[in-house]
Amino acid sequence: MVHCFEMLGSSIAIDVYSGCVHVMEKPAYMLTKYYSEAGFEKDGLSEKAMAFCGGFSREALEEAYEEIKELYDGDMLFTEDCYQEIAKNFKKGTVVKALCLHVAHDCNLRCKYCFADEGDYGGKKGLMSLETAKAAIDFVIKNSASRRNIEVDFFGGEPLLNFDVVKETVKYAREQEKLHDKNFRFTITTNGLLLDDEKLAFINENMCNIVLSIDGRKEINDRVRVNVNKKGSYDKIVPVFQKVAESRNQDNYYVRGTFTRYNLDFAKDVLHLADLGFKQISVEPVVAPFEEDYALQYEDIDTICKEYETLAKEYIKRKQEGNGFNFFHFMIDLDQGPCVVKRLSGCGCGCEYMAVTPEGDIYPCHQFAGNEEFKVGNLNDGITNKELTAKFAKTNVYTKPDCANCWAKFYCSGGCVANAQNFNGSIEKPYDLACHLQKKRVECAIAIKAAL
Amino acid sequence: MKQVKTIAGNVMKTNASKAGCGECQTSCQSACKTSCTVANQKCEK
Repeated sequence: MVHCFEMLGSSIAIDVYSGCVHVMEKPAYMLTKYYSEAGFEKDGLSEKAMAFCGGFSREALEEAYEEIKELYDGDMLFTEDCYQEIAKNFKKGTVVKALCLHVAHDCNLRCKYCFADEGDYGGKKGLMSLETAKAAIDFVIKNSASRRNIEVDFFGGEPLLNFDVVKETVKYAREQEKLHDKNFRFTITTNGLLLDDEKLAFINENMCNIVLSIDGRKEINDRVRVNVNKKGSYDKIVPVFQKVAESRNQDNYYVRGTFTRYNLDFAKDVLHLADLGFKQISVEPVVAPFEEDYALQYEDIDTICKEYETLAKEYIKRKQEGNGFNFFHFMIDLDQGPCVVKRLSGCGCGCEYMAVTPEGDIYPCHQFAGNEEFKVGNLNDGITNKELTAKFAKTNVYTKPDCANCWAKFYCSGGCVANAQNFNGSIEKPYDLACHLQKKRVECAIAIKAAL
Repeated sequence: MKQVKTIAGNVMKTNASKAGCGECQTSCQSACKTSCTVANQKCEK
Protein backbone atom coordinates (compact mmCIF):
# COMPACT_ATOMS: atom_id res chain seq x y z
CA MET A 1 0.00 0.00 0.00
CA VAL A 2 1.38 3.38 -1.03
CA HIS A 3 -0.10 6.74 -0.10
CA CYS A 4 0.71 9.64 -2.39
CA PHE A 5 0.02 13.25 -1.51
CA GLU A 6 1.22 16.72 -2.37
CA MET A 7 1.64 19.39 0.22
CA LEU A 8 3.61 22.58 0.76
CA GLY A 9 5.43 22.15 -2.53
CA SER A 10 6.49 18.53 -1.97
CA SER A 11 5.24 15.41 -3.74
CA ILE A 12 5.46 12.54 -1.28
CA ALA A 13 4.95 8.78 -1.37
CA ILE A 14 4.59 6.78 1.84
CA ASP A 15 5.19 3.05 1.54
CA VAL A 16 2.97 1.86 4.36
CA TYR A 17 4.41 -1.59 5.08
CA SER A 18 8.08 -0.59 5.06
CA GLY A 19 7.61 2.83 6.63
CA CYS A 20 9.67 4.39 3.84
CA VAL A 21 8.92 7.96 2.90
CA HIS A 22 10.04 9.29 -0.49
CA VAL A 23 10.02 12.86 -1.70
CA MET A 24 9.72 12.76 -5.48
CA GLU A 25 10.06 14.86 -8.57
CA LYS A 26 6.81 15.09 -10.50
CA PRO A 27 7.40 12.31 -13.10
CA ALA A 28 8.36 9.76 -10.43
CA TYR A 29 5.47 10.92 -8.26
CA MET A 30 2.89 10.57 -11.01
CA LEU A 31 4.21 7.16 -11.95
CA THR A 32 4.15 6.03 -8.32
CA LYS A 33 0.61 7.33 -8.03
CA TYR A 34 -0.38 5.29 -11.06
CA TYR A 35 1.23 2.12 -9.67
CA SER A 36 -0.36 2.69 -6.25
CA GLU A 37 -3.70 2.07 -7.97
CA ALA A 38 -2.78 -0.32 -10.77
CA GLY A 39 0.01 -2.25 -9.03
CA PHE A 40 3.67 -2.05 -9.91
CA GLU A 41 4.53 -3.23 -13.42
CA LYS A 42 7.77 -5.19 -13.18
CA ASP A 43 8.13 -5.68 -16.90
CA GLY A 44 8.82 -2.10 -17.79
CA LEU A 45 7.17 1.19 -18.48
CA SER A 46 3.81 0.60 -20.18
CA GLU A 47 1.98 2.86 -22.60
CA LYS A 48 -0.90 3.00 -20.12
CA ALA A 49 1.37 4.24 -17.35
CA MET A 50 2.84 6.86 -19.65
CA ALA A 51 -0.62 7.98 -20.71
CA PHE A 52 -1.58 8.41 -17.05
CA CYS A 53 1.48 10.60 -16.53
CA GLY A 54 0.79 12.72 -19.61
CA GLY A 55 2.88 15.82 -19.97
CA PHE A 56 6.27 14.33 -19.17
CA SER A 57 8.86 13.21 -21.69
CA ARG A 58 9.50 9.49 -22.26
CA GLU A 59 13.06 10.07 -21.08
CA ALA A 60 11.94 11.55 -17.77
CA LEU A 61 9.44 8.76 -17.20
CA GLU A 62 11.97 6.07 -18.07
CA GLU A 63 14.38 7.57 -15.59
CA ALA A 64 11.59 7.67 -13.01
CA TYR A 65 10.68 4.06 -13.74
CA GLU A 66 14.25 2.87 -13.17
CA GLU A 67 14.39 4.62 -9.81
CA ILE A 68 11.01 3.27 -8.74
CA LYS A 69 12.12 -0.23 -9.78
CA GLU A 70 15.27 0.14 -7.70
CA LEU A 71 13.14 1.05 -4.67
CA TYR A 72 10.81 -1.86 -5.39
CA ASP A 73 13.73 -4.31 -5.65
CA GLY A 74 15.14 -2.93 -2.40
CA ASP A 75 11.89 -3.44 -0.45
CA MET A 76 11.33 0.27 -0.18
CA LEU A 77 8.25 0.74 -2.33
CA PHE A 78 5.17 -1.38 -2.99
CA THR A 79 6.16 -3.75 -0.18
CA GLU A 80 3.76 -6.42 1.00
CA ASP A 81 1.95 -6.55 4.30
CA CYS A 82 3.89 -8.93 6.53
CA TYR A 83 2.38 -7.77 9.82
CA GLN A 84 -0.96 -9.46 9.57
CA GLU A 85 0.58 -12.68 10.85
CA ILE A 86 2.23 -10.91 13.78
CA ALA A 87 -1.15 -9.41 14.61
CA LYS A 88 -2.95 -12.75 14.36
CA ASN A 89 -0.64 -14.19 16.96
CA PHE A 90 -1.02 -11.17 19.15
CA LYS A 91 -1.04 -12.41 22.68
CA LYS A 92 -0.43 -9.26 24.56
CA GLY A 93 -1.04 -9.96 28.21
CA THR A 94 -2.15 -7.51 30.85
CA VAL A 95 1.13 -5.99 31.96
CA VAL A 96 0.35 -2.62 33.47
CA LYS A 97 3.11 -0.09 32.98
CA ALA A 98 1.23 3.19 33.16
CA LEU A 99 -1.38 4.60 35.48
CA CYS A 100 -3.53 7.64 35.26
CA LEU A 101 -4.04 8.45 38.89
CA HIS A 102 -7.20 10.48 39.45
CA VAL A 103 -6.09 12.12 42.66
CA ALA A 104 -8.98 14.60 42.54
CA HIS A 105 -12.44 14.13 41.14
CA ASP A 106 -13.07 17.78 41.62
CA CYS A 107 -11.97 20.90 39.84
CA ASN A 108 -11.65 24.63 40.38
CA LEU A 109 -12.65 25.30 36.78
CA ARG A 110 -15.89 24.56 34.94
CA CYS A 111 -14.63 24.16 31.40
CA LYS A 112 -17.61 23.78 29.12
CA TYR A 113 -16.20 20.91 27.07
CA CYS A 114 -14.86 18.87 29.99
CA PHE A 115 -15.13 15.15 29.24
CA ALA A 116 -14.82 14.53 32.97
CA ASP A 117 -18.07 16.36 33.72
CA GLU A 118 -16.18 19.22 35.39
CA GLY A 119 -14.01 16.85 37.32
CA ASP A 120 -16.31 14.32 38.92
CA TYR A 121 -16.77 11.98 35.91
CA GLY A 122 -20.49 11.89 36.50
CA GLY A 123 -20.01 10.54 40.03
CA LYS A 124 -19.45 12.18 43.36
CA LYS A 125 -16.75 14.74 43.93
CA GLY A 126 -13.85 13.57 46.03
CA LEU A 127 -10.12 13.41 46.60
CA MET A 128 -7.99 10.31 46.57
CA SER A 129 -6.64 9.29 49.97
CA LEU A 130 -2.93 8.61 50.44
CA GLU A 131 -3.81 5.04 51.33
CA THR A 132 -5.53 4.56 47.97
CA ALA A 133 -2.69 6.25 46.09
CA LYS A 134 -0.14 3.98 47.78
CA ALA A 135 -2.27 0.96 46.93
CA ALA A 136 -2.25 2.12 43.30
CA ILE A 137 1.57 2.24 43.37
CA ASP A 138 1.61 -1.28 44.84
CA PHE A 139 -0.86 -2.40 42.17
CA VAL A 140 1.23 -1.16 39.28
CA ILE A 141 4.42 -2.63 40.70
CA LYS A 142 2.71 -5.98 41.18
CA ASN A 143 1.18 -5.99 37.70
CA SER A 144 4.12 -4.62 35.72
CA ALA A 145 5.97 -7.96 35.44
CA SER A 146 9.49 -7.31 34.19
CA ARG A 147 8.78 -3.81 32.83
CA ARG A 148 11.15 -1.45 34.54
CA ASN A 149 9.82 1.94 33.44
CA ILE A 150 6.49 2.80 35.01
CA GLU A 151 4.58 5.98 34.31
CA VAL A 152 2.17 7.65 36.66
CA ASP A 153 0.23 10.72 35.58
CA PHE A 154 -1.38 12.72 38.34
CA PHE A 155 -4.68 13.67 36.83
CA GLY A 156 -8.09 14.91 37.78
CA GLY A 157 -10.19 16.96 37.90
CA GLU A 158 -7.46 19.18 39.11
CA PRO A 159 -4.64 17.28 40.83
CA LEU A 160 -3.26 20.34 42.61
CA LEU A 161 -6.39 20.25 44.80
CA ASN A 162 -4.78 17.21 46.40
CA PHE A 163 -1.11 18.07 46.19
CA ASP A 164 -0.10 16.70 49.60
CA VAL A 165 -1.18 13.27 48.41
CA VAL A 166 0.75 13.81 45.17
CA LYS A 167 3.92 14.57 47.14
CA GLU A 168 3.55 11.65 49.50
CA THR A 169 2.75 9.29 46.63
CA VAL A 170 5.93 10.29 44.84
CA LYS A 171 7.90 9.74 48.03
CA TYR A 172 6.35 6.30 48.53
CA ALA A 173 6.96 5.28 44.92
CA ARG A 174 10.60 6.35 45.16
CA GLU A 175 11.04 4.06 48.17
CA GLN A 176 9.29 1.19 46.46
CA GLU A 177 11.11 1.50 43.13
CA LYS A 178 14.41 0.73 44.86
CA LEU A 179 12.97 -2.40 46.41
CA HIS A 180 11.46 -3.69 43.18
CA ASP A 181 13.95 -2.47 40.57
CA LYS A 182 11.50 -0.13 38.91
CA ASN A 183 11.89 3.37 37.54
CA PHE A 184 8.88 5.62 38.10
CA ARG A 185 8.32 8.50 35.73
CA PHE A 186 5.82 11.02 37.00
CA THR A 187 3.81 13.52 35.07
CA ILE A 188 1.06 15.91 36.08
CA THR A 189 -1.74 17.58 34.13
CA THR A 190 -2.93 20.86 35.62
CA ASN A 191 -4.96 23.97 34.88
CA GLY A 192 -2.33 25.95 36.80
CA LEU A 193 -4.60 27.99 39.05
CA LEU A 194 -3.06 26.60 42.24
CA LEU A 195 0.47 26.33 40.93
CA ASP A 196 2.81 28.25 43.23
CA ASP A 197 6.61 28.31 43.57
CA GLU A 198 6.69 25.57 46.16
CA LYS A 199 4.61 23.16 44.10
CA LEU A 200 6.59 24.02 40.99
CA ALA A 201 9.87 23.30 42.74
CA PHE A 202 8.58 19.89 43.75
CA ILE A 203 7.26 19.15 40.28
CA ASN A 204 10.53 20.22 38.64
CA GLU A 205 12.49 18.03 40.96
CA ASN A 206 10.31 14.96 40.59
CA MET A 207 8.33 14.95 37.38
CA CYS A 208 9.52 14.32 33.86
CA ASN A 209 6.63 16.14 32.22
CA ILE A 210 4.01 18.68 33.13
CA VAL A 211 0.98 19.32 30.96
CA LEU A 212 -0.44 22.82 31.33
CA SER A 213 -3.97 23.48 30.15
CA ILE A 214 -4.55 26.64 28.12
CA ASP A 215 -6.47 27.00 24.87
CA GLY A 216 -4.70 29.91 23.20
CA ARG A 217 -5.94 33.46 22.71
CA LYS A 218 -7.53 35.09 25.76
CA GLU A 219 -10.99 35.34 24.22
CA ILE A 220 -10.86 31.70 23.12
CA ASN A 221 -9.53 30.37 26.41
CA ASP A 222 -11.87 32.48 28.53
CA ARG A 223 -14.98 31.58 26.60
CA VAL A 224 -14.64 27.97 27.67
CA ARG A 225 -12.16 27.69 30.53
CA VAL A 226 -14.04 29.48 33.29
CA ASN A 227 -14.41 29.21 37.04
CA VAL A 228 -17.70 28.91 38.93
CA ASN A 229 -18.16 32.68 38.59
CA LYS A 230 -17.71 32.42 34.81
CA LYS A 231 -14.35 34.18 34.95
CA GLY A 232 -11.77 32.92 32.50
CA SER A 233 -8.40 31.53 33.58
CA TYR A 234 -6.14 33.21 30.99
CA ASP A 235 -4.82 36.22 32.92
CA LYS A 236 -3.96 34.17 35.95
CA ILE A 237 -2.27 31.25 34.26
CA VAL A 238 -0.23 32.83 31.47
CA PRO A 239 2.50 34.29 33.71
CA VAL A 240 2.54 31.11 35.79
CA PHE A 241 2.92 28.90 32.74
CA GLN A 242 5.65 31.12 31.30
CA LYS A 243 7.52 30.70 34.54
CA VAL A 244 7.06 26.93 34.42
CA ALA A 245 8.35 26.77 30.85
CA GLU A 246 11.46 28.79 31.67
CA SER A 247 12.11 26.91 34.90
CA ARG A 248 12.19 23.68 32.86
CA ASN A 249 14.48 25.20 30.23
CA GLN A 250 11.67 25.14 27.67
CA ASP A 251 11.64 21.36 27.65
CA ASN A 252 9.74 18.47 29.20
CA TYR A 253 6.45 20.30 29.43
CA TYR A 254 3.50 20.99 27.15
CA VAL A 255 1.04 23.80 27.05
CA ARG A 256 -1.97 21.83 26.00
CA GLY A 257 -5.09 23.31 24.49
CA THR A 258 -8.33 22.12 23.02
CA PHE A 259 -9.90 23.66 19.97
CA THR A 260 -13.61 23.53 19.37
CA ARG A 261 -16.11 24.66 16.75
CA TYR A 262 -15.75 28.12 18.34
CA ASN A 263 -12.19 28.44 17.01
CA LEU A 264 -11.77 26.55 13.78
CA ASP A 265 -9.02 29.13 13.13
CA PHE A 266 -7.05 27.38 15.86
CA ALA A 267 -3.70 27.94 14.10
CA LYS A 268 -3.97 31.45 15.52
CA ASP A 269 -4.18 29.94 18.99
CA VAL A 270 -1.17 27.74 18.46
CA LEU A 271 0.80 30.71 17.15
CA HIS A 272 -0.44 32.85 20.01
CA LEU A 273 0.99 30.32 22.45
CA ALA A 274 4.24 30.35 20.48
CA ASP A 275 4.24 34.16 20.61
CA LEU A 276 3.88 33.96 24.39
CA GLY A 277 7.23 32.16 24.35
CA PHE A 278 6.11 28.55 24.68
CA LYS A 279 8.22 26.06 22.76
CA GLN A 280 6.29 22.85 23.49
CA ILE A 281 2.72 23.10 22.31
CA SER A 282 -0.11 20.64 21.91
CA VAL A 283 -3.54 21.81 20.76
CA GLU A 284 -6.06 19.10 20.11
CA PRO A 285 -9.52 18.81 18.60
CA VAL A 286 -12.31 18.65 21.14
CA VAL A 287 -14.05 15.31 21.44
CA ALA A 288 -17.71 15.91 22.17
CA PRO A 289 -21.16 14.62 21.24
CA PHE A 290 -22.35 16.14 17.96
CA GLU A 291 -25.31 17.86 19.60
CA GLU A 292 -23.07 20.23 21.60
CA ASP A 293 -22.71 23.61 19.90
CA TYR A 294 -18.92 23.57 20.43
CA ALA A 295 -18.56 20.05 18.98
CA LEU A 296 -16.73 19.52 15.71
CA GLN A 297 -18.96 18.39 12.85
CA TYR A 298 -18.18 16.43 9.69
CA GLU A 299 -18.77 19.55 7.64
CA ASP A 300 -15.85 21.22 9.50
CA ILE A 301 -13.27 18.69 8.33
CA ASP A 302 -12.14 20.63 5.25
CA THR A 303 -11.79 23.86 7.22
CA ILE A 304 -9.79 22.13 9.95
CA CYS A 305 -7.53 20.39 7.43
CA LYS A 306 -6.81 23.70 5.72
CA GLU A 307 -6.05 25.20 9.11
CA TYR A 308 -3.52 22.44 9.86
CA GLU A 309 -1.86 23.22 6.55
CA THR A 310 -1.77 26.94 7.34
CA LEU A 311 -0.17 26.09 10.65
CA ALA A 312 2.34 23.78 8.99
CA LYS A 313 3.41 26.54 6.61
CA GLU A 314 4.05 29.00 9.44
CA TYR A 315 5.67 26.23 11.49
CA ILE A 316 8.26 25.66 8.76
CA LYS A 317 8.82 29.40 8.34
CA ARG A 318 9.47 29.91 12.04
CA LYS A 319 11.80 26.91 12.22
CA GLN A 320 13.76 28.25 9.26
CA GLU A 321 13.98 31.67 10.87
CA GLY A 322 15.39 30.13 14.04
CA ASN A 323 12.25 30.94 15.98
CA GLY A 324 10.64 27.53 15.87
CA PHE A 325 8.56 25.61 18.36
CA ASN A 326 7.35 22.04 18.65
CA PHE A 327 3.74 21.20 17.91
CA PHE A 328 2.95 17.78 19.38
CA HIS A 329 0.99 16.51 16.41
CA PHE A 330 3.56 17.64 13.87
CA MET A 331 6.35 15.74 15.58
CA ILE A 332 7.12 12.45 13.93
CA ASP A 333 10.04 10.13 14.29
CA LEU A 334 10.79 8.74 10.85
CA ASP A 335 14.16 7.20 11.71
CA GLN A 336 13.71 5.40 14.97
CA GLY A 337 10.04 5.42 15.75
CA PRO A 338 8.09 2.94 17.79
CA CYS A 339 8.41 -0.79 17.16
CA VAL A 340 5.92 -2.89 15.24
CA VAL A 341 4.07 -4.09 18.33
CA LYS A 342 3.48 -0.52 19.44
CA ARG A 343 2.46 0.55 15.97
CA LEU A 344 -0.05 -2.28 15.88
CA SER A 345 -1.49 -1.86 19.34
CA GLY A 346 -1.34 1.84 20.10
CA CYS A 347 -2.10 3.38 23.46
CA GLY A 348 -2.31 0.19 25.49
CA CYS A 349 -5.57 1.28 27.06
CA GLY A 350 -7.05 -1.45 29.24
CA CYS A 351 -3.95 -3.63 29.27
CA GLU A 352 -0.77 -1.56 29.66
CA TYR A 353 -2.44 1.64 30.71
CA MET A 354 -5.19 2.01 33.29
CA ALA A 355 -6.89 4.70 35.31
CA VAL A 356 -7.58 4.63 39.04
CA THR A 357 -10.37 6.73 40.58
CA PRO A 358 -10.32 8.29 44.08
CA GLU A 359 -12.39 5.31 45.28
CA GLY A 360 -9.75 2.90 44.00
CA ASP A 361 -11.78 1.63 41.06
CA ILE A 362 -9.81 0.66 37.99
CA TYR A 363 -10.86 1.54 34.44
CA PRO A 364 -9.20 0.89 31.05
CA CYS A 365 -8.25 4.58 30.80
CA HIS A 366 -9.19 7.99 32.14
CA GLN A 367 -11.86 8.42 29.48
CA PHE A 368 -13.71 5.32 30.67
CA ALA A 369 -13.65 6.41 34.32
CA GLY A 370 -17.12 6.42 35.79
CA ASN A 371 -18.53 4.12 33.09
CA GLU A 372 -19.53 1.16 35.27
CA GLU A 373 -19.78 -1.18 32.31
CA PHE A 374 -16.06 -0.71 31.79
CA LYS A 375 -14.87 -1.02 35.37
CA VAL A 376 -12.20 -3.72 35.24
CA GLY A 377 -11.47 -4.03 38.93
CA ASN A 378 -10.43 -2.22 42.07
CA LEU A 379 -7.30 -1.86 44.17
CA ASN A 380 -8.53 -4.28 46.83
CA ASP A 381 -9.28 -7.17 44.50
CA GLY A 382 -7.08 -6.29 41.52
CA ILE A 383 -8.31 -6.94 37.99
CA THR A 384 -11.64 -8.73 38.30
CA ASN A 385 -13.03 -8.40 34.78
CA LYS A 386 -10.31 -10.32 32.97
CA GLU A 387 -12.54 -10.96 30.00
CA LEU A 388 -12.66 -7.23 29.36
CA THR A 389 -8.93 -6.63 29.82
CA ALA A 390 -8.26 -9.56 27.46
CA LYS A 391 -10.49 -7.90 24.89
CA PHE A 392 -8.53 -4.66 25.18
CA ALA A 393 -5.23 -6.53 25.05
CA LYS A 394 -5.97 -8.20 21.76
CA THR A 395 -7.26 -5.06 20.04
CA ASN A 396 -4.94 -3.89 17.29
CA VAL A 397 -5.14 -2.30 13.86
CA TYR A 398 -5.90 -5.65 12.25
CA THR A 399 -8.92 -6.30 14.48
CA LYS A 400 -10.46 -3.01 13.29
CA PRO A 401 -12.01 -3.44 9.86
CA ASP A 402 -11.97 0.30 9.15
CA CYS A 403 -8.18 0.38 9.60
CA ALA A 404 -7.46 -2.39 7.09
CA ASN A 405 -7.23 -0.12 4.06
CA CYS A 406 -6.00 2.97 5.84
CA TRP A 407 -2.51 4.17 4.98
CA ALA A 408 -2.12 5.90 8.36
CA LYS A 409 -2.71 2.85 10.54
CA PHE A 410 0.91 2.51 11.66
CA TYR A 411 1.09 6.19 12.61
CA CYS A 412 -2.03 6.29 14.77
CA SER A 413 -2.31 2.60 15.71
CA GLY A 414 -6.04 2.49 15.34
CA GLY A 415 -6.95 5.66 17.17
CA CYS A 416 -8.46 6.31 20.56
CA VAL A 417 -10.33 3.28 21.86
CA ALA A 418 -12.50 5.33 24.22
CA ASN A 419 -13.60 7.58 21.37
CA ALA A 420 -14.45 4.49 19.34
CA GLN A 421 -16.61 3.18 22.15
CA ASN A 422 -18.27 6.50 22.86
CA PHE A 423 -19.16 7.32 19.27
CA ASN A 424 -19.71 3.91 17.75
CA GLY A 425 -20.41 1.59 20.66
CA SER A 426 -17.40 -0.61 19.89
CA ILE A 427 -13.73 -0.41 20.76
CA GLU A 428 -13.06 -1.85 17.30
CA LYS A 429 -14.76 0.90 15.32
CA PRO A 430 -12.72 4.10 15.27
CA TYR A 431 -14.28 7.56 15.52
CA ASP A 432 -13.72 8.52 11.93
CA LEU A 433 -13.96 12.29 12.26
CA ALA A 434 -10.79 12.01 14.33
CA CYS A 435 -9.32 9.69 11.66
CA HIS A 436 -9.69 12.41 9.00
CA LEU A 437 -7.87 14.91 11.20
CA GLN A 438 -5.22 12.43 12.23
CA LYS A 439 -4.41 11.64 8.60
CA LYS A 440 -4.09 15.31 7.80
CA ARG A 441 -1.75 15.83 10.76
CA VAL A 442 0.47 12.94 9.67
CA GLU A 443 0.63 14.38 6.15
CA CYS A 444 1.57 17.78 7.60
CA ALA A 445 4.21 16.22 9.85
CA ILE A 446 5.81 14.42 6.91
CA ALA A 447 5.58 17.46 4.61
CA ILE A 448 7.35 19.45 7.33
CA LYS A 449 10.13 16.84 7.45
CA ALA A 450 10.41 17.07 3.67
CA ALA A 451 10.65 20.86 3.80
CA LEU A 452 13.18 21.19 6.61
CA MET B 1 18.79 8.96 -7.51
CA LYS B 2 17.74 12.01 -9.44
CA GLN B 3 14.02 12.00 -8.94
CA VAL B 4 13.63 10.41 -5.53
CA LYS B 5 14.92 11.52 -2.17
CA THR B 6 14.20 8.99 0.57
CA ILE B 7 13.69 10.70 3.92
CA ALA B 8 12.76 7.57 5.87
CA GLY B 9 14.21 4.12 5.28
CA ASN B 10 12.73 0.74 5.97
CA VAL B 11 11.95 1.38 9.64
CA MET B 12 9.14 -1.12 9.93
CA LYS B 13 11.27 -4.12 8.99
CA THR B 14 14.19 -2.92 11.11
CA ASN B 15 11.92 -2.51 14.09
CA ALA B 16 10.23 -5.88 13.67
CA SER B 17 13.29 -7.63 15.08
CA LYS B 18 13.22 -5.80 18.42
CA ALA B 19 9.54 -5.60 18.90
CA GLY B 20 7.61 -5.24 22.05
CA CYS B 21 9.89 -4.61 25.04
CA GLY B 22 7.19 -2.26 26.34
CA GLU B 23 9.57 0.14 28.07
CA CYS B 24 8.46 3.11 25.98
CA GLN B 25 6.12 5.86 27.05
CA THR B 26 2.39 5.33 26.85
CA SER B 27 1.32 7.60 24.03
CA CYS B 28 -1.74 9.01 25.72
CA GLN B 29 0.23 10.08 28.78
CA SER B 30 2.55 12.36 26.87
CA ALA B 31 0.54 15.40 25.93
CA CYS B 32 -2.75 14.53 24.43
CA LYS B 33 -5.06 12.50 26.65
CA THR B 34 -7.67 12.54 23.90
CA SER B 35 -6.01 11.22 20.80
CA CYS B 36 -3.66 8.44 19.97
CA THR B 37 -0.50 9.23 18.09
CA VAL B 38 2.34 6.79 18.29
CA ALA B 39 4.50 7.99 15.45
CA ASN B 40 6.21 10.61 17.59
CA GLN B 41 7.06 8.19 20.36
CA LYS B 42 10.65 7.28 20.92
CA CYS B 43 11.79 3.69 21.12
CA GLU B 44 13.65 3.03 24.37
CA LYS B 45 15.96 0.42 22.92
